[in-house]
Amino acid sequence: MHELSIMQGLVDAVLDRTGERPVAAVNLRVGSLSGVLPDAMRFCFDVVAAGTPLAGARLQIDEPEGVARCRSCAEEFVLADLILLCPCGSADVEVLSGRELMLMSVEVA
Amino acid sequence: MCTTCGCGDEANTRVSTLQQPEGMLEHEHPHVHAEGHDHPHPHGHGPGHEHTVHHPETITLEQNLLAKNDLLAARNRGWLAGRGIRALNVMSSPGAGKTTLLVRTLAELGARLNAGVIEGDQETSLDADRIRAVGRPVIQINTGAGCHLDADMLRRGLDALDPQTGSTVFIENVGNLVCPALFDLGETAKVVVVSVTEGDDKPQKYPHMFRAADLVIVNKADLLPYVEFDVDECLRQIRQLNSHAHFLVLSATTGEGLAGWYDWLDNASTRSDTLTESLTDAH
Ligand SMILES: Nc1nc2c(ncn2[C@@H]2O[C@H](COP(=O)(O)OP(=O)(O)O)[C@@H](O)[C@H]2O)c(=O)[nH]1
Ligand SMILES: [Mg+2]
Ligand SMILES: [Zn+2]
Ligand SMILES: [Zn+2]
Ligand SMILES: [Zn+2]
Ligand SMILES: [Zn+2]
Ligand SMILES: [Zn+2]
Repeated sequence: MHELSIMQGLVDAVLDRTGERPVAAVNLRVGSLSGVLPDAMRFCFDVVAAGTPLAGARLQIDEPEGVARCRSCAEEFVLADLILLCPCGSADVEVLSGRELMLMSVEVA
Repeated sequence: MCTTCGCGDEANTRVSTLQQPEGMLEHEHPHVHAEGHDHPHPHGHGPGHEHTVHHPETITLEQNLLAKNDLLAARNRGWLAGRGIRALNVMSSPGAGKTTLLVRTLAELGARLNAGVIEGDQETSLDADRIRAVGRPVIQINTGAGCHLDADMLRRGLDALDPQTGSTVFIENVGNLVCPALFDLGETAKVVVVSVTEGDDKPQKYPHMFRAADLVIVNKADLLPYVEFDVDECLRQIRQLNSHAHFLVLSATTGEGLAGWYDWLDNASTRSDTLTESLTDAH
Protein backbone atom coordinates (compact mmCIF):
# COMPACT_ATOMS: atom_id res chain seq x y z
CA MET A 1 0.00 0.00 0.00
CA HIS A 2 1.87 3.03 -1.31
CA GLU A 3 -0.49 5.37 0.52
CA LEU A 4 1.36 4.53 3.74
CA SER A 5 4.75 5.67 2.45
CA ILE A 6 3.18 8.71 0.84
CA MET A 7 1.55 9.71 4.12
CA GLN A 8 4.80 9.14 6.00
CA GLY A 9 6.43 11.50 3.53
CA LEU A 10 3.64 13.98 4.14
CA VAL A 11 4.16 13.96 7.90
CA ASP A 12 7.89 14.49 7.31
CA ALA A 13 7.28 17.38 4.92
CA VAL A 14 4.82 19.09 7.28
CA LEU A 15 7.02 18.71 10.36
CA ASP A 16 9.96 20.19 8.47
CA ARG A 17 7.91 23.39 8.22
CA THR A 18 5.87 23.44 11.41
CA GLY A 19 8.16 21.79 13.96
CA GLU A 20 6.41 21.38 17.30
CA ARG A 21 3.34 23.43 16.50
CA PRO A 22 0.09 21.48 16.73
CA VAL A 23 -1.45 21.05 13.31
CA ALA A 24 -5.22 21.46 13.10
CA ALA A 25 -5.74 20.67 9.43
CA VAL A 26 -3.88 19.41 6.36
CA ASN A 27 -5.13 20.33 2.89
CA LEU A 28 -4.35 18.02 -0.02
CA ARG A 29 -5.24 17.92 -3.69
CA VAL A 30 -5.43 14.37 -5.01
CA GLY A 31 -6.66 13.93 -8.57
CA SER A 32 -8.79 10.96 -9.62
CA LEU A 33 -6.02 9.87 -12.04
CA SER A 34 -3.18 10.15 -9.53
CA GLY A 35 -3.09 6.45 -8.67
CA VAL A 36 -3.59 7.23 -4.99
CA LEU A 37 -6.81 6.52 -3.12
CA PRO A 38 -8.10 9.27 -0.77
CA ASP A 39 -9.79 6.73 1.53
CA ALA A 40 -6.56 4.80 1.93
CA MET A 41 -4.76 8.09 2.60
CA ARG A 42 -7.20 8.94 5.40
CA PHE A 43 -6.70 5.54 6.94
CA CYS A 44 -2.90 5.76 6.76
CA PHE A 45 -2.86 9.34 7.98
CA ASP A 46 -4.33 8.37 11.36
CA VAL A 47 -1.64 5.71 11.71
CA VAL A 48 1.36 7.87 10.81
CA ALA A 49 0.11 11.04 12.53
CA ALA A 50 -0.30 9.31 15.89
CA GLY A 51 2.21 10.62 18.42
CA THR A 52 3.19 13.62 16.27
CA PRO A 53 1.93 17.22 16.32
CA LEU A 54 -0.32 16.18 13.43
CA ALA A 55 -2.30 13.74 15.58
CA GLY A 56 -6.01 14.47 15.32
CA ALA A 57 -5.59 16.97 12.49
CA ARG A 58 -8.40 17.20 9.92
CA LEU A 59 -7.35 15.81 6.56
CA GLN A 60 -9.14 17.75 3.83
CA ILE A 61 -8.75 16.25 0.38
CA ASP A 62 -9.80 18.10 -2.73
CA GLU A 63 -10.35 15.55 -5.52
CA PRO A 64 -10.27 17.13 -8.98
CA GLU A 65 -11.62 14.86 -11.73
CA GLY A 66 -9.71 14.02 -14.86
CA VAL A 67 -10.13 16.56 -17.64
CA ALA A 68 -8.38 16.52 -21.00
CA ARG A 69 -8.29 18.68 -24.12
CA CYS A 70 -8.10 17.14 -27.57
CA ARG A 71 -5.42 18.64 -29.80
CA SER A 72 -7.28 17.49 -32.90
CA CYS A 73 -10.80 18.87 -32.29
CA ALA A 74 -10.03 21.25 -29.38
CA GLU A 75 -12.85 19.71 -27.33
CA GLU A 76 -12.48 19.42 -23.53
CA PHE A 77 -13.82 16.23 -21.98
CA VAL A 78 -13.86 14.26 -18.72
CA LEU A 79 -11.28 11.48 -18.42
CA ALA A 80 -12.62 8.59 -16.37
CA ASP A 81 -9.35 6.67 -16.59
CA LEU A 82 -5.87 6.87 -18.05
CA ILE A 83 -7.02 5.86 -21.54
CA LEU A 84 -6.21 9.00 -23.46
CA LEU A 85 -8.84 8.94 -26.17
CA CYS A 86 -11.10 11.81 -27.29
CA PRO A 87 -14.72 10.96 -28.23
CA CYS A 88 -13.72 12.15 -31.75
CA GLY A 89 -11.31 9.22 -31.98
CA SER A 90 -8.06 11.14 -31.61
CA ALA A 91 -5.45 9.95 -29.11
CA ASP A 92 -3.61 13.27 -29.27
CA VAL A 93 -4.96 14.63 -26.00
CA GLU A 94 -3.48 16.72 -23.23
CA VAL A 95 -4.39 16.00 -19.60
CA LEU A 96 -5.46 19.27 -17.93
CA SER A 97 -6.27 17.95 -14.46
CA GLY A 98 -6.72 14.80 -12.43
CA ARG A 99 -3.08 13.82 -11.95
CA GLU A 100 -2.45 16.15 -8.98
CA LEU A 101 -0.82 14.70 -5.88
CA MET A 102 -0.16 17.82 -3.85
CA LEU A 103 0.27 18.96 -0.29
CA MET A 104 -1.37 22.38 -0.54
CA SER A 105 -1.30 23.88 2.96
CA VAL A 106 -1.56 23.22 6.67
CA GLU A 107 -3.44 25.07 9.38
CA VAL A 108 -1.48 25.38 12.60
CA ALA A 109 -2.93 26.29 15.97
CA MET B 1 9.89 3.35 13.31
CA CYS B 2 11.77 6.63 13.15
CA THR B 3 10.85 8.50 16.31
CA THR B 4 11.67 11.86 14.76
CA CYS B 5 9.21 11.71 11.93
CA GLY B 6 7.24 8.55 12.41
CA CYS B 7 8.41 7.01 9.16
CA GLY B 8 8.47 3.25 9.34
CA ASP B 9 9.41 1.77 5.98
CA GLU B 10 13.03 2.74 5.90
CA ALA B 11 13.74 1.54 9.41
CA ASN B 12 12.59 -1.94 8.35
CA THR B 13 14.58 -1.96 5.15
CA ARG B 14 17.69 -4.12 5.11
CA VAL B 15 20.40 -4.01 2.49
CA SER B 16 22.73 -6.97 2.33
CA THR B 17 25.44 -8.35 0.09
CA LEU B 18 24.91 -11.95 1.26
CA GLN B 19 28.67 -12.00 1.93
CA GLN B 20 28.76 -10.05 5.12
CA PRO B 21 26.43 -10.44 8.03
CA GLU B 22 23.23 -8.51 7.68
CA GLY B 23 23.33 -5.13 9.26
CA MET B 24 26.85 -4.17 8.25
CA LEU B 25 25.46 -1.89 5.57
CA GLU B 26 22.87 -0.22 7.78
CA HIS B 27 22.55 3.32 6.62
CA GLU B 28 22.64 6.54 8.54
CA HIS B 29 19.13 7.84 8.82
CA PRO B 30 19.38 10.35 5.99
CA HIS B 31 16.77 12.97 6.51
CA VAL B 32 16.91 16.09 8.58
CA HIS B 33 14.10 17.63 10.55
CA ALA B 34 13.76 21.24 11.53
CA GLU B 35 15.42 22.00 14.86
CA GLY B 36 12.64 24.09 16.27
CA HIS B 37 11.90 27.40 14.62
CA ASP B 38 11.93 31.07 15.33
CA HIS B 39 9.07 32.74 17.05
CA PRO B 40 7.62 34.72 14.17
CA HIS B 41 6.04 37.64 16.05
CA PRO B 42 8.06 39.12 18.92
CA HIS B 43 5.29 41.23 20.38
CA GLY B 44 5.32 42.44 23.96
CA HIS B 45 3.74 40.74 26.97
CA GLY B 46 3.73 41.49 30.66
CA PRO B 47 6.80 40.65 32.79
CA GLY B 48 7.42 37.02 33.61
CA HIS B 49 5.28 35.84 30.71
CA GLU B 50 7.34 33.35 28.79
CA HIS B 51 5.34 31.80 26.06
CA THR B 52 5.67 29.78 22.93
CA VAL B 53 2.10 30.36 21.85
CA HIS B 54 1.57 30.95 18.15
CA HIS B 55 -1.51 32.36 16.58
CA PRO B 56 -3.51 30.15 14.25
CA GLU B 57 -2.41 30.54 10.66
CA THR B 58 -2.44 28.73 7.35
CA ILE B 59 0.97 27.82 5.96
CA THR B 60 1.09 27.34 2.20
CA LEU B 61 3.25 24.41 1.07
CA GLU B 62 2.11 23.56 -2.50
CA GLN B 63 4.50 20.71 -3.03
CA ASN B 64 4.16 17.34 -4.70
CA LEU B 65 3.64 14.54 -2.19
CA LEU B 66 6.31 12.54 -3.96
CA ALA B 67 8.70 15.49 -4.10
CA LYS B 68 11.29 13.95 -1.79
CA ASN B 69 11.41 10.68 -3.70
CA ASP B 70 11.51 12.53 -7.01
CA LEU B 71 14.47 14.59 -5.81
CA LEU B 72 16.38 11.49 -4.72
CA ALA B 73 15.49 9.81 -8.02
CA ALA B 74 16.86 12.77 -9.96
CA ARG B 75 20.11 12.44 -7.98
CA ASN B 76 20.31 8.73 -8.80
CA ARG B 77 19.68 9.51 -12.47
CA GLY B 78 22.51 12.03 -12.51
CA TRP B 79 24.84 9.68 -10.65
CA LEU B 80 24.13 6.85 -13.10
CA ALA B 81 24.44 9.06 -16.18
CA GLY B 82 27.74 10.46 -14.93
CA ARG B 83 29.17 6.94 -14.84
CA GLY B 84 27.51 5.70 -18.01
CA ILE B 85 25.68 3.06 -15.96
CA ARG B 86 22.36 1.79 -17.24
CA ALA B 87 19.81 0.81 -14.58
CA LEU B 88 16.74 -1.16 -15.63
CA ASN B 89 13.80 -1.31 -13.21
CA VAL B 90 12.04 -4.64 -13.78
CA MET B 91 8.49 -4.80 -12.42
CA SER B 92 5.64 -7.33 -12.49
CA SER B 93 3.10 -9.18 -10.37
CA PRO B 94 4.63 -11.89 -8.18
CA GLY B 95 5.51 -14.93 -10.28
CA ALA B 96 5.50 -13.36 -13.76
CA GLY B 97 9.07 -14.55 -14.28
CA LYS B 98 11.37 -11.63 -13.45
CA THR B 99 13.98 -13.69 -11.66
CA THR B 100 13.85 -16.48 -14.25
CA LEU B 101 14.39 -13.94 -17.03
CA LEU B 102 17.24 -12.25 -15.17
CA VAL B 103 19.00 -15.51 -14.33
CA ARG B 104 18.88 -16.60 -17.97
CA THR B 105 19.95 -13.17 -19.24
CA LEU B 106 22.88 -13.05 -16.83
CA ALA B 107 24.00 -16.54 -17.75
CA GLU B 108 23.98 -15.66 -21.46
CA LEU B 109 24.90 -11.97 -21.44
CA GLY B 110 26.03 -11.14 -17.90
CA ALA B 111 29.74 -10.91 -18.64
CA ARG B 112 29.32 -8.85 -21.81
CA LEU B 113 26.96 -6.37 -20.10
CA ASN B 114 29.14 -6.38 -16.99
CA ALA B 115 25.82 -6.78 -15.22
CA GLY B 116 24.91 -6.63 -11.55
CA VAL B 117 21.56 -6.98 -9.84
CA ILE B 118 19.68 -5.26 -7.04
CA GLU B 119 16.98 -7.59 -5.75
CA GLY B 120 13.98 -6.14 -3.94
CA ASP B 121 11.82 -8.49 -1.89
CA GLN B 122 9.79 -8.03 1.24
CA GLU B 123 11.58 -10.96 2.89
CA THR B 124 14.21 -13.64 2.12
CA SER B 125 17.25 -13.64 -0.13
CA LEU B 126 16.01 -16.55 -2.29
CA ASP B 127 16.01 -14.57 -5.54
CA ALA B 128 19.41 -13.04 -4.80
CA ASP B 129 20.74 -16.54 -4.16
CA ARG B 130 19.49 -17.60 -7.61
CA ILE B 131 21.34 -14.64 -9.17
CA ARG B 132 24.49 -15.26 -7.17
CA ALA B 133 24.54 -18.83 -8.42
CA VAL B 134 25.15 -17.49 -11.97
CA GLY B 135 28.20 -15.66 -10.69
CA ARG B 136 27.11 -12.04 -11.02
CA PRO B 137 27.26 -9.45 -8.22
CA VAL B 138 23.97 -9.04 -6.40
CA ILE B 139 22.62 -6.95 -3.54
CA GLN B 140 19.48 -7.91 -1.67
CA ILE B 141 17.13 -5.23 -0.38
CA ASN B 142 14.44 -6.49 1.96
CA THR B 143 11.69 -3.94 2.28
CA GLY B 144 9.91 -5.61 5.21
CA ALA B 145 6.37 -4.26 5.18
CA GLY B 146 7.19 -1.97 2.22
CA CYS B 147 5.61 -3.06 -1.05
CA HIS B 148 7.92 -1.22 -3.47
CA LEU B 149 11.46 0.08 -3.83
CA ASP B 150 11.96 3.83 -3.58
CA ALA B 151 14.77 6.10 -4.73
CA ASP B 152 16.49 6.09 -1.33
CA MET B 153 16.57 2.28 -1.31
CA LEU B 154 18.08 2.25 -4.81
CA ARG B 155 20.71 4.75 -3.65
CA ARG B 156 21.66 2.41 -0.82
CA GLY B 157 21.59 -0.59 -3.15
CA LEU B 158 23.91 1.18 -5.58
CA ASP B 159 26.26 2.17 -2.77
CA ALA B 160 26.49 -1.48 -1.74
CA LEU B 161 26.71 -2.91 -5.28
CA ASP B 162 29.28 -0.33 -6.38
CA PRO B 163 28.73 -0.95 -10.11
CA GLN B 164 31.54 -0.19 -12.55
CA THR B 165 31.48 2.60 -15.11
CA GLY B 166 29.61 1.54 -18.24
CA SER B 167 27.93 -1.45 -16.58
CA THR B 168 24.29 -2.53 -16.52
CA VAL B 169 22.31 -2.83 -13.29
CA PHE B 170 19.09 -4.84 -13.27
CA ILE B 171 16.73 -3.88 -10.47
CA GLU B 172 14.12 -6.51 -9.62
CA ASN B 173 11.38 -4.53 -7.92
CA VAL B 174 9.00 -5.98 -5.35
CA GLY B 175 6.30 -8.07 -7.09
CA ASN B 176 3.43 -5.58 -7.34
CA LEU B 177 1.90 -3.74 -10.30
CA VAL B 178 0.50 -0.87 -8.26
CA CYS B 179 2.90 1.23 -6.23
CA PRO B 180 6.22 0.71 -8.02
CA ALA B 181 4.64 2.71 -10.87
CA LEU B 182 4.49 5.81 -8.67
CA PHE B 183 7.99 5.68 -7.23
CA ASP B 184 10.60 6.88 -9.68
CA LEU B 185 13.95 5.33 -8.84
CA GLY B 186 16.02 7.36 -11.27
CA GLU B 187 16.32 4.27 -13.48
CA THR B 188 17.27 4.48 -17.16
CA ALA B 189 14.20 2.51 -18.23
CA LYS B 190 11.20 0.73 -16.76
CA VAL B 191 10.59 -2.85 -17.90
CA VAL B 192 7.18 -4.38 -17.10
CA VAL B 193 6.76 -8.15 -17.30
CA VAL B 194 3.32 -9.75 -17.62
CA SER B 195 2.89 -13.50 -18.04
CA VAL B 196 0.26 -15.14 -20.22
CA THR B 197 -1.23 -17.00 -17.24
CA GLU B 198 -2.30 -13.67 -15.70
CA GLY B 199 -4.82 -12.78 -18.41
CA ASP B 200 -4.61 -10.22 -21.21
CA ASP B 201 -6.53 -7.53 -19.29
CA LYS B 202 -3.58 -6.60 -17.04
CA PRO B 203 -2.91 -3.25 -18.81
CA GLN B 204 -6.50 -2.18 -18.26
CA LYS B 205 -6.38 -3.20 -14.59
CA TYR B 206 -3.03 -1.55 -13.86
CA PRO B 207 -2.96 1.48 -16.16
CA HIS B 208 -0.36 3.47 -14.21
CA MET B 209 2.21 0.72 -14.52
CA PHE B 210 1.69 0.20 -18.24
CA ARG B 211 1.65 3.92 -18.87
CA ALA B 212 5.04 4.28 -17.20
CA ALA B 213 6.66 1.35 -19.05
CA ASP B 214 9.43 1.76 -21.61
CA LEU B 215 9.29 -1.93 -22.47
CA VAL B 216 6.51 -4.46 -21.87
CA ILE B 217 7.49 -8.14 -21.96
CA VAL B 218 4.83 -10.82 -22.30
CA ASN B 219 6.48 -13.84 -20.70
CA LYS B 220 5.64 -17.56 -20.62
CA ALA B 221 4.84 -17.55 -24.35
CA ASP B 222 5.41 -21.32 -24.26
CA LEU B 223 2.09 -21.57 -22.39
CA LEU B 224 0.08 -19.60 -24.99
CA PRO B 225 -1.47 -22.79 -26.46
CA TYR B 226 -2.90 -23.70 -23.05
CA VAL B 227 -4.35 -20.41 -21.80
CA GLU B 228 -6.68 -17.75 -23.09
CA PHE B 229 -4.39 -14.82 -23.72
CA ASP B 230 -4.86 -12.64 -26.77
CA VAL B 231 -1.49 -11.04 -27.50
CA ASP B 232 -2.96 -8.49 -29.93
CA GLU B 233 -5.62 -7.48 -27.44
CA CYS B 234 -2.94 -6.98 -24.77
CA LEU B 235 -0.90 -4.82 -27.14
CA ARG B 236 -4.01 -2.84 -28.10
CA GLN B 237 -4.67 -2.02 -24.43
CA ILE B 238 -1.07 -0.99 -23.91
CA ARG B 239 -1.21 1.34 -26.92
CA GLN B 240 -4.27 3.09 -25.46
CA LEU B 241 -2.21 3.97 -22.41
CA ASN B 242 1.25 4.33 -23.82
CA SER B 243 2.26 5.14 -27.38
CA HIS B 244 6.01 4.73 -26.96
CA ALA B 245 6.57 1.45 -25.10
CA HIS B 246 8.32 -1.40 -26.85
CA PHE B 247 6.57 -4.76 -26.76
CA LEU B 248 8.11 -8.24 -26.77
CA VAL B 249 6.68 -11.75 -26.44
CA LEU B 250 9.04 -14.40 -25.12
CA SER B 251 9.58 -17.39 -22.90
CA ALA B 252 12.24 -17.12 -20.25
CA THR B 253 12.32 -20.88 -19.84
CA THR B 254 12.34 -22.12 -23.47
CA GLY B 255 14.30 -19.13 -24.77
CA GLU B 256 11.78 -18.40 -27.53
CA GLY B 257 11.79 -14.67 -28.36
CA LEU B 258 14.83 -13.91 -26.19
CA ALA B 259 16.72 -12.52 -29.19
CA GLY B 260 14.35 -9.53 -29.20
CA TRP B 261 15.10 -8.87 -25.53
CA TYR B 262 18.83 -9.09 -26.10
CA ASP B 263 18.51 -6.70 -29.06
CA TRP B 264 16.58 -4.31 -26.87
CA LEU B 265 19.29 -4.55 -24.22
CA ASP B 266 21.95 -3.77 -26.80
CA ASN B 267 20.06 -0.67 -27.96
CA ALA B 268 18.35 0.51 -24.81
CA SER B 269 21.02 3.00 -23.81
CA THR B 270 19.27 5.35 -26.22
CA ARG B 271 15.74 5.75 -24.89
CA SER B 272 14.13 7.88 -27.58
CA ASP B 273 12.99 5.19 -29.97
CA THR B 274 10.22 5.77 -32.43
CA LEU B 275 6.79 4.21 -32.37
CA THR B 276 7.36 2.51 -35.71
CA GLU B 277 10.42 0.78 -34.35
CA SER B 278 8.56 -0.42 -31.30
CA LEU B 279 5.61 -1.72 -33.30
CA THR B 280 7.87 -3.81 -35.49
CA ASP B 281 9.20 -5.44 -32.33
CA ALA B 282 5.81 -6.96 -31.60
CA HIS B 283 5.84 -10.72 -32.09
N1 LIG C 1 6.25 -22.08 -18.44
C1 LIG C 1 6.98 -21.02 -18.05
N2 LIG C 1 7.22 -20.81 -16.73
C2 LIG C 1 7.98 -19.75 -16.38
C3 LIG C 1 8.54 -18.87 -17.34
N3 LIG C 1 9.23 -17.89 -16.68
C4 LIG C 1 9.11 -18.19 -15.37
N4 LIG C 1 8.36 -19.29 -15.18
C5 LIG C 1 8.00 -19.92 -13.89
O1 LIG C 1 7.20 -19.02 -13.15
C6 LIG C 1 7.47 -19.15 -11.74
C7 LIG C 1 7.80 -17.79 -11.15
O2 LIG C 1 9.00 -17.31 -11.74
P1 LIG C 1 9.93 -16.21 -11.04
O3 LIG C 1 11.04 -15.95 -11.99
O4 LIG C 1 10.31 -16.63 -9.67
O5 LIG C 1 8.92 -14.97 -10.96
P2 LIG C 1 9.12 -13.54 -10.26
O6 LIG C 1 8.31 -13.57 -8.99
O7 LIG C 1 8.56 -12.53 -11.23
O8 LIG C 1 10.58 -13.33 -9.99
C8 LIG C 1 8.60 -20.15 -11.62
O9 LIG C 1 8.04 -21.40 -11.31
C9 LIG C 1 9.21 -20.16 -13.01
O10 LIG C 1 9.81 -21.38 -13.34
C10 LIG C 1 8.28 -19.13 -18.73
O11 LIG C 1 8.72 -18.43 -19.64
N5 LIG C 1 7.49 -20.23 -19.01
MG1 LIG D 1 11.57 -12.81 -8.22
ZN1 LIG E 1 0.80 0.60 -2.92
ZN1 LIG F 1 -11.16 15.20 -30.35
ZN1 LIG G 1 12.58 9.46 9.66
ZN1 LIG H 1 3.11 35.64 20.82
ZN1 LIG I 1 4.26 0.07 -2.19
